Amino acid sequence: MSLLEFLRTAMIALRRNVLRSVLTTLGIIIGVGSVIVMSAIGGGASRQIEQQIASLGTNQLTIFPGSMNVGGRQGGFGSAPPLTEKDLRAIRERVDGVVAVAGNMNNSATLVAGSSNWVTQVQGSSAEIVDVREWPLSSGRFYDAIEAAARRKVVVIGSTVARELFGGADPVGTTIRVNNVPFEIIGVLQSKGQAGGRDQDDVIYVPLQTARSRLMGRVRVPDEVGQIQVRVDDTHDLAEVQADLERVLRERRRVAANAQDNFAVRNFADILATRSATQRTLGLLLASAAAISLIVGGIGIMNIMLVSVTERTREIGLRMAIGARGGDILGQFLTEAVLLCLAGGFIGLTLGVAISVVVGKLLGWPVFISPGIVLLSILASAAVGVVFGYVPARRASQLNPIEALRYE
Amino acid sequence: MSDAGASMKVPVVAARDLTKTYQLGEQAVHALRGVSFEIQRGEFVAIMGPSGSGKSTLMNMIGALDVPTSGQLKIDGVDIGTLDRDQLAGLRNHTIGFVFQQFNLLARTSALDNVKLPLTYAMPRPADPDALARIRLEQVGLGARMDHVPSQLSGGQQQRVAIARALVNNPSLILADEPTGALDSQTSLEILNLFKTLNAQGMTVIMVTHELDVASHAKRLLRVRDGQIVEDRPVHGLLEEAAT
Repeated sequence: MSLLEFLRTAMIALRRNVLRSVLTTLGIIIGVGSVIVMSAIGGGASRQIEQQIASLGTNQLTIFPGSMNVGGRQGGFGSAPPLTEKDLRAIRERVDGVVAVAGNMNNSATLVAGSSNWVTQVQGSSAEIVDVREWPLSSGRFYDAIEAAARRKVVVIGSTVARELFGGADPVGTTIRVNNVPFEIIGVLQSKGQAGGRDQDDVIYVPLQTARSRLMGRVRVPDEVGQIQVRVDDTHDLAEVQADLERVLRERRRVAANAQDNFAVRNFADILATRSATQRTLGLLLASAAAISLIVGGIGIMNIMLVSVTERTREIGLRMAIGARGGDILGQFLTEAVLLCLAGGFIGLTLGVAISVVVGKLLGWPVFISPGIVLLSILASAAVGVVFGYVPARRASQLNPIEALRYE
Repeated sequence: MSDAGASMKVPVVAARDLTKTYQLGEQAVHALRGVSFEIQRGEFVAIMGPSGSGKSTLMNMIGALDVPTSGQLKIDGVDIGTLDRDQLAGLRNHTIGFVFQQFNLLARTSALDNVKLPLTYAMPRPADPDALARIRLEQVGLGARMDHVPSQLSGGQQQRVAIARALVNNPSLILADEPTGALDSQTSLEILNLFKTLNAQGMTVIMVTHELDVASHAKRLLRVRDGQIVEDRPVHGLLEEAAT
């Protein structure tokens, strides 16, 4: 018998009892459907996080003074000696693979422009910060190193700040007061969007030297930089550069060989690694839930196929009498089981996609249905059909035709 | 209808010292105890016997559904004792046309599709199964009802569909098991006449029955009792002798 005939025969058999066929596949429908919904929502969330991380920059290192993972009696963040311009220079000169280095201090600031005011975060940064963060401007320009060294009172504002204070108008060239100090706006940054629940565009940048003298209050040493941000060349291994950088800093900051670092280096790859570990766990959980529901569904299929074989004993006997070989009967019932499972898989897939889209629309969640999971769920349904259809099909194929024909 | 040439000389059925023993627990049941006979091409044979006589066992063997415990049974010259399960299925498919008491048509399946069923298992596949099935349905007088499903057909018409199905692979013999058992006498006569017509066209017909009336339509009678053939005679004059 050809595959086409197997399919035709199976279709006829399944159509004979549509309600039973549908109820039988319910396990598969629910299994596949829930996997699609869960993975669509999970996939949407993880893609969003991925995009956010990409907008933060995956080729960046940030160095903080003091240890962030406090061990024993050691003081908290910032208790160690502050980072200075000398550290910054050492990194620039002695660490391979560093493209750009910027010092950075931040504080909160109240902005006043005309009759509007807005509280935002002020970043006092070296001019190089624009290269470190690879952040293009939507209008105007960023300040340069000469302006920074001259402590010019110029400011580049984020898109959220521009919108809140100036609406749609281009603010370049106007003056705003930052904590009561007048600054000239020379540029507006392009929007980077949300990351980690924070609006990256709700920020203003002023030259580090200007900020240090006018906006940051007390500084512990005259050339203090709050953090150092580094962009690593894409062709260099981030971990290697980080290790190199840590070695230079330990040496410069005279950390004893067996002592803990008195600074901390963070990179987004760490966050990425944590995230992918979480994702793996979630994926494993998802897979086991799917496996259980598919097994339960498969047992349902096996059960109904056994019933079907018993019900159609005479038909099997007849088919054997007129020349069906064992393989023909096996193929017929196996096709029926696989078709049943595939139908369930497709119904589950359709329902899952529909529910995902509706949930995404209603709750405003990002959903992403990966082609891989679609393909996998269909293949898994077919596999369930083969595995759980085999026993009933084999039983049918091994019936004695004489007894099968006499079966009442 | 039958193959021409040398095969004319080979008996359709050749049984030699056939025995069949079933093991029922401790007890051995001897269903057949040494049966020998030959059926030539073009014969119309009735096999008669009471239940438990071994008649069904013999029929199953002629139908290649069962193999003998000892002795030899050749269908169309092929010793069925040497065949495996799949080879037996192949032999049934192209050599034997089955007709059953309960018709055994597939429900909710058109007459045409029912008749085509054996062709789906045929190797090699015929080029145009539809045409072959149509010819056979016309041959049994159901040319106008090809699209009817069994529930739309009378008992006699259903049995005609079954006969068309038996003929569709152009078999060497038709093996009918109580073909009129589920039909009224008028319809039975029609079916028996159909068998006679087929036989007149050259088809070998073997019919198993327990009714003398039915058997009398054949040309030759094999009577089975206690696992042995107790009578092998022409049917001619059978009813008259029974009456006296």
